[in-house]
Amino acid sequence: MQILLPERSQTPLNDDQYHLLQQFFSTLSPEQAAWVGGYVTGRVAKDLPSLPSAADIADITILVGSQTGNGEALAEQLHSLAAGRGLKTVVKKMGDYKPQQLKAEKNLLVIVSTYGEGEPPDNAKELVDYLFSKRAPTLQQMHFAVLGLGDSGYEFFCKTGIDFDHRLEELGATRIHPRVDCDVDYESSAEAWMDAVLNVLSLRLEANSQTAEPASPSVASSSVYSRKHPFPALLLENIVLNGRGSLKETHHLEFSLEGSGLAYEPGDVLGVYPTNAPDVIDALLQTLHFAGTEWVTLDDNKEGFLYDALFRHYEITAITRPVMQKYALLAGNQKLDQLLQNKQKLNDYLYGREIIDLITDFPIGQLSPQAFIGCLRKLPPRLYSIASSLKQHPDEVHITVAAVRYQAHGRERKGVGSTFLAERIDENAAIPIYIDHNNNFKLPVDPATPIIMIGPGTGIAPFRAFIEEREAVGAPGKNWLFFGDQHFETDFLYQAEWLRYLKNGVLTRMDVAFSRDQQQKIYVQHRMAEHGKELYAWLQEGAHVYVCGDAKCMANDVHQELLNIVAAESGTDNAEDYVANLQKTKRYQRDVY
Amino acid sequence: MTDITPEQLAKQADVERIKDASNYLRGTLSKSLQDTLTGALAEDDTQLCKYHGIYQQDDRDLRDERRRQKLEPRYQFMVRIRMPGGVCTPTQWLEVDRIANIWCNNSIRLTSRQTVQLHGIVKRNLKKTIAEINAALLSTIAACGDVNRNVMCNPNPQQSRLHAEVYEYTRRISEHLTPRTTAYHEIWLDEELLSSSRQDEEPIYGKRYLPRKFKIAVAIPPSNDVDIFANDLGFIAIAEGDHLLGFNVTAGGGLSMTHGEPETYPRLADVIGYCPKNKTLQVAEEIVKIQRDFGDRSHRKHARFKYTIEDRGIDWLKFELNQRLGWNMEPPRTFVFEHSGDRYGWAEGANDTWHYTLFVQNGRIFDTEVHPMMTGLREIARVHDGDFRLTANQNLMIGQVSSKRKPVIDELLEKYQLSSSGHQTALRLNSMACVAFPTCGLAMAESERYFPSLLDKLDKIVKQAGLADDPILIRMTGCPNGCARSVLAEIGFIGKAPGKYNLYLGGGFYGQRLNKLYRENIGEEQILAELTPILQRYAREREPGQRFGDFVIKAGYVREVSAGRDFHT
Ligand code: SRM
Ligand SMILES: Cc1cc2nc3c(=O)[nH]c(=O)nc-3n(C[C@H](O)[C@H](O)[C@H](O)COP(=O)(O)OP(=O)(O)OC[C@H]3O[C@@H](n4cnc5c(N)ncnc54)[C@H](O)[C@@H]3O)c2cc1C
Ligand SMILES: Cc1cc2nc3c(=O)[nH]c(=O)nc-3n(C[C@H](O)[C@H](O)[C@H](O)COP(=O)(O)O)c2cc1C
Ligand code: SF4
Repeated sequence: MQILLPERSQTPLNDDQYHLLQQFFSTLSPEQAAWVGGYVTGRVAKDLPSLPSAADIADITILVGSQTGNGEALAEQLHSLAAGRGLKTVVKKMGDYKPQQLKAEKNLLVIVSTYGEGEPPDNAKELVDYLFSKRAPTLQQMHFAVLGLGDSGYEFFCKTGIDFDHRLEELGATRIHPRVDCDVDYESSAEAWMDAVLNVLSLRLEANSQTAEPASPSVASSSVYSRKHPFPALLLENIVLNGRGSLKETHHLEFSLEGSGLAYEPGDVLGVYPTNAPDVIDALLQTLHFAGTEWVTLDDNKEGFLYDALFRHYEITAITRPVMQKYALLAGNQKLDQLLQNKQKLNDYLYGREIIDLITDFPIGQLSPQAFIGCLRKLPPRLYSIASSLKQHPDEVHITVAAVRYQAHGRERKGVGSTFLAERIDENAAIPIYIDHNNNFKLPVDPATPIIMIGPGTGIAPFRAFIEEREAVGAPGKNWLFFGDQHFETDFLYQAEWLRYLKNGVLTRMDVAFSRDQQQKIYVQHRMAEHGKELYAWLQEGAHVYVCGDAKCMANDVHQELLNIVAAESGTDNAEDYVANLQKTKRYQRDVY
Repeated sequence: MTDITPEQLAKQADVERIKDASNYLRGTLSKSLQDTLTGALAEDDTQLCKYHGIYQQDDRDLRDERRRQKLEPRYQFMVRIRMPGGVCTPTQWLEVDRIANIWCNNSIRLTSRQTVQLHGIVKRNLKKTIAEINAALLSTIAACGDVNRNVMCNPNPQQSRLHAEVYEYTRRISEHLTPRTTAYHEIWLDEELLSSSRQDEEPIYGKRYLPRKFKIAVAIPPSNDVDIFANDLGFIAIAEGDHLLGFNVTAGGGLSMTHGEPETYPRLADVIGYCPKNKTLQVAEEIVKIQRDFGDRSHRKHARFKYTIEDRGIDWLKFELNQRLGWNMEPPRTFVFEHSGDRYGWAEGANDTWHYTLFVQNGRIFDTEVHPMMTGLREIARVHDGDFRLTANQNLMIGQVSSKRKPVIDELLEKYQLSSSGHQTALRLNSMACVAFPTCGLAMAESERYFPSLLDKLDKIVKQAGLADDPILIRMTGCPNGCARSVLAEIGFIGKAPGKYNLYLGGGFYGQRLNKLYRENIGEEQILAELTPILQRYAREREPGQRFGDFVIKAGYVREVSAGRDFHT
């Protein structure tokens, strides 16, 4: 068939290529041509060529920075929505993205989440650094829009999204639609944003219909169940892993996936929709002088009893800023308003306080049930690193849950999700769960690659999955596990299994740190330090490093120690680059919370 | 002794292989201690640690629970302190007390062989614990294992001078038969006693030590509290007044058996002759060597000295011994035993010293709200200038109290309500139970934890029968190993399964006769139902001075057991 090529000058091709292509096209049937077109763009979307050139640039680039996959899922959704409107888009992960390519982007849609204390997802760090460095180019040519993913429970809500939004503008790019910051219940707001930006873009680009693009790689499970439509799973087992006399309460839970069609890989995460504790609801109702039988309309326009709304629909403990702001509006309380003005004071107030404290400290005269729930946010699902391998436990998923219980401001507090799992699931009740695919925490593709796993506390969970998987597939790669907790006798999670793996050789070596078994505290990073030489040797052999568990202290201490070890053992002063490169090449992956 | 070929070794019990390969009890103990991933030792080391006075155990109450929790068993260690004659100083007591409260389960366990056991030590604290015990000038070496165990000696307070001399022999026998290996100091005390050139030597034991444990006791008539006939080797003091002449030698005692294996049976020692005191060590050494050379190393259940003698005959032993001694043992001298229990309360010794014997139920010293015994004894140790003497019945004697210190001790006994022996029935005061659950790996039924509550019920019965002040030897063990010498009791219980015991009757009041199976595999209800009428009848029909053990035979409840061989028949 005849395909009209643009002027040679407008293509990146040299004479020969240009003519070859003309000849080649003339031999194609329309179907073939369509396929070639689709195929080429598809490949382009997948793996980037080294340097940008006009031809590689699809009309629209969806740039996603995601840690636990929410963003990636949305990017996929956006990608197909666009395709539906005949818009050519490519999805690119920030981790794989060549920053220099920004100069060439005409339409950039950014979807990015926020981690740690307002940090970018691991795989976005490099791009962010570049963007905020002097080397960052001017971006007059670019039109953009940003979707931020976050959790208003954190102080720096959607910070990374905000940073992108400001910085791109600063660099001269044009915002085609205001940024949207999504909270944990992000679906509806995200969809609204997608519609809006696609409308604008459709107008800007004359839609050229045919594009059959392969979805960019990402584990898409065949199941009909998802975050939006969770699977009602039966609880098979609930064991406390801590021996008598422990200060910890860590539960091992096993759920049945039978009939769900859900599949997961080691490193993936299980999402669980908890319900609130009856005693907590009652206390709340009492303080508010509500009966619970009041009829209310929920934010998704469903109707029901107040009690039920508080039971399964709303978060009724953790205070987020939006919640506080909404409440403050109703309260009209000067003290409260002042509190909201002062960041420091606010943080101090929030620490260890829950909504019941808020309404006790700043009561509102006649607050209607409807008005009250108007202040609340949806009860977000809780995430738990999957602790099992499907290959060893077909139709099952296991998790390791630390029950959150603490005393604050004269009240006994309990975490919603963890204590729900620990003590509020009765026989043959079905628990709404879903799988959260995390492509940023995966075993090496090559089963022969050695791995170093660092997972104190519940951070051990994914490594149980890793080892089970590696045993199941008979992976020849060496496995080194670091674990730590309070006491050897009571808190050595899954000890019997590790001893078995050490005996049968699946686990090459294991080092443990029990912080409270001696005068001075000992943590995993100290054990790493003791074996710095070997650890570095493993890295030199190409070992991958995985860190899972506490984000507040552990992850940083371990990161620091990794830098120290590399610095000491390599004898050079570019430890930073070395580790950064590990991260970039996905040989250093973290699942911290 | 001569080395044996690998072929021979292969035929022998696994423990023999372990000993042989252990390089004088070293094994891989040091390495085992450094393994931080498990609270246990390497398997072979769990045998070797015994020779260092250490047993690997686990809390059996938690076994199933922890298996479900994906945790290994709650491994912990019991250490047994070597304490010849059961004598220690107040300072040593205070140290043991301190160690028990820091590294152990806050209790001290007085044993039926006059030693102290400490339970519940976790591996990472084991070395510290052993080091601190040694720092207190005590040792745990060879408190267990196939060697000579703690040597018992009656703490006879009435004749302090004689006791002092006999005790001296006890110490020297213990000393003389202590293994020479330097492994103990190397592993636990970081002392390098061997120059790389020198090799360890065991002139008496050899590198594979004995085929089985070996036990020695020394008795001072008329008291047989040490149960001399239960020991592989015994020395019965023969004296003129307060002056020691020599010893009658007994051989071939041992109480253990296995349920359902009649070829295993308890056996009382024979008196094989008399030796003047200056030959004591030679006799002890040669008898140990005879067992070393002739004991059965292929079947551990048949390895004790008692079977060596049963197989070859007592005359063979006498002959073999005289051969090795190079002189002939004299015929035994006459002696009389009157009791094997303890006498409680104050007793006056020589040169105005006093001794207080304290009843310690099942030897377990710990604090309760009502009876802060551990604290009380600590307070006493702080002011006491004499010594402490553990009795062979798991009781404690506060020894050598000067008459002017006596009131002070009395005050403390009062203050901490330790002088409770007064209100106890003579039955309870003559009771013993072994440790059993939760620490003993061999227990089939409860013993120490259960026995007191059974005694509460029996107390009522004997009181009603008017026997409150009549001593009757009553003992319980959680399995047929007989650690509390249950087969020597007038009323003996031997555990078969949780809540189920074999009931034995007719043991001799001063340890001269084994008891006999009366009822098999019965629970508490039936135990009480069986014993009540017998006790009532004893109260009614006994002749003056007739012991319960003799009565039940006379009355035909059981047949008399005259030799271990006939125990099961
Ligand atoms: C503590 C003590 C009982 C008590 O309540 O006081 C005791 C406790 C144990 N004895 Fe014993 N025996 C104790 C005196 C005895 C006695 C009585 C005696 O020696 O006067 C006997 C019967 C006499 C004899 O040896 O024939 C005795 C015969 C055994 C046996 C059977 C030996 C045999 O010939 O088969 C075993 C099991 C074994 O050795 O295989 C044993 C084994 C044990 C062990 C170490 C269990 C084990 O091997 O794992 C018990 C530790 C329990 C615990 O948790 O503490 N114990 N054991 C006594 C410590 C004595 C000491 O200080 O050295
Ligand atoms: C990717 C990922 C993987 C995870 N994997 C696991 C896992 O494998 N195992 C696991 O147990 N958890 C895991 N978590 C954490 C888990 O999702 C929940 O956050 C955790 O169970 C607590 O949730 P909750 O509903 O019980 O507590 P919430 O009701 O959410 O309350 C928690 C809040 O209580 C407050 N709080 C907690 N302790 C104190 C205190 N001592 N003093 C004052 N305030 C306090 C804090 O504000 C905290 O944010 C993971 C999280 C993520 C994101
Ligand atoms: C350990 C951890 C830290 C987080 N820190 C923040 C934060 O500081 N600010 C924020 O807005 N959201 C924070 N979040 C919420 C995530 O951004 C939110 O879950 C988002 O949906 C994740 O999207 P992703 O799966 O694409 O990474 C955090 C989440 C986790 C697990
Ligand atoms: S008699 Fe049995 S149960 Fe009791 S301590 Fe000895 S071995 Fe253990």
